[in-house]
Amino acid sequence: MSKLSREDVLKLAALSKLKLSDEEIGRLQDELGEILDYVNLLDSVDVSGLKPTYQVSGLKNVYREDQPKDYGYETQDLLKNAPATQDGQFKVKRVL
Amino acid sequence: MDGWPAISEIADDVKAGRLKAVDLVKKSLKAIEENREFDAIISTLQDRALERAVAIDGRPSGRLAGVPFIAKDNFLTLGGKTTAASNILKPFEAPYQASAIERLEAEGAICVAKANLDAFAHGSSTENSDWFVTKNPHDKTRVPGGSSGGSAAAVILNMAPFALGTDTGGSVRLPASFVGAVGVKPTYGRVSRSGVVAMASSTDVIGPITRSAGDAALVLDVMAGKDELDSTTIEKPDSLSDTSFDFSGKKIGIVKEYMQEGLEPGVKSVIEASIEKIKQAGAEVSDVSLPSLPLALAVYYIVCPAEVSSNLSRYDGQRYGYSAAEARNLDESYELSRQQGFGAEAKRRIMIGTYVLSSGYYDAYYKKAQTVRTKIIHEFTDAFSKFDLLIGPTSPTVAFKIGEKTADPLKMYLNDIMTVAANMSGNPAISVPAGLSDGLPVGLQMIAPMGADGPMLAAAKAFEELPK
Repeated sequence: MSKLSREDVLKLAALSKLKLSDEEIGRLQDELGEILDYVNLLDSVDVSGLKPTYQVSGLKNVYREDQPKDYGYETQDLLKNAPATQDGQFKVKRVL
Repeated sequence: MDGWPAISEIADDVKAGRLKAVDLVKKSLKAIEENREFDAIISTLQDRALERAVAIDGRPSGRLAGVPFIAKDNFLTLGGKTTAASNILKPFEAPYQASAIERLEAEGAICVAKANLDAFAHGSSTENSDWFVTKNPHDKTRVPGGSSGGSAAAVILNMAPFALGTDTGGSVRLPASFVGAVGVKPTYGRVSRSGVVAMASSTDVIGPITRSAGDAALVLDVMAGKDELDSTTIEKPDSLSDTSFDFSGKKIGIVKEYMQEGLEPGVKSVIEASIEKIKQAGAEVSDVSLPSLPLALAVYYIVCPAEVSSNLSRYDGQRYGYSAAEARNLDESYELSRQQGFGAEAKRRIMIGTYVLSSGYYDAYYKKAQTVRTKIIHEFTDAFSKFDLLIGPTSPTVAFKIGEKTADPLKMYLNDIMTVAANMSGNPAISVPAGLSDGLPVGLQMIAPMGADGPMLAAAKAFEELPK
């Protein structure tokens, strides 16, 4: 079974905006390795002449008029789940 | 607690004044209360449900007049919380409802409770729920299947005449099979996903879990159709619920790859007996091979985590959901909120998804998987040029023991081996109760051509009506 390096897991975690404990990092090194080993069975599949399928609805470019529409939502209802708000807007921690 | 009559009968009785919606909601809430030990339900919407029932009794109308139902807790609903069984959404109160819920309510249905699931629908047993594990109504030491395990158990425990689930890799069909219910995965695009917590958007579908194919057809017919809030929705044929089907002369293909090794002997014999009944009913039954089907699970475990990693990026602790208070800046707020709010399976999928989408690996994993997906679709198209319907088991096993597979994520993933192909291709599929193996339910899976949800539901109904 191939195992991911600690550096690989940390790099993925940073890209995913996840902090991980040492225990989680160790476990994911094994588990991700095992799952990638399994999906590697696609390596040997011959797909010559085939194109990828990204969606199966058969629909293409579903357009609508680019106009605002009133769905009847109140700003306060849309903000009620936010951890912090100010002046009717989401408030976040400082960026730097 | 007694069971429920056919959904159309309940609605007719409510409209004729023979039944009161308020009594139906109370009956539902009572069944929920009496069966708490099974942990099928996360929360009830008691106040809103009773209010709606009073209003409906005042002026009963609609195809689902007064019919109570239970929604998987990844459907946004008013009157309570929507958690997707995840820690990160535990405090979340939806400001609007899912389109599917709106359509059911417009026909008089009443949502009474929210059912347990694997958090964010990641799983096949409900053991990944951040709340609790739902128990199988047939054996409390076993799982109900998942991820829509709470919905499936609720239907068998008579908590409501129907429940809603979502099926991304088998999450409606597998639990239906494990508890002995009917579970429908409609054609991709059949029902709007607006207001449903997104998992893998290229395969997510919404489907009913019921006691009969007739009930499922009615519920699906109400929910189906184009919705401007979900641009992947497709036009609905006139009706999905009034098609008739006779097995006589129909060409039915037994999927060879689903009848091979790994199939429990008890499941195999129930499925073989079902095939025999279908033959007796006059169908022309023969084996058909779709050689790429065994690859579908590997395709799924690249495509699904890729889409999951993207869809879960919205849970960042800023606009809604859990937020880590101790963070000192924005970046730390993202990282800590996600570390503390996501469970092990969500993290695993985010990490795999990020891996297969990252530069250098994209072609080898994501693009390759989507190309094998094309191969699977071609094999289905080819099979449906010769057959009206494909059949096989829904799952290689009956419901397994709680805890049996939790230590090994890959072993857990293999539960979906027979259901994922239809998600990758978009075809409609259904699990219908076929019999028991050592007292535990076995589901027969039917897969139909794209868009043929109506004929598939009619075939399932015809199967239910065959002599036992």
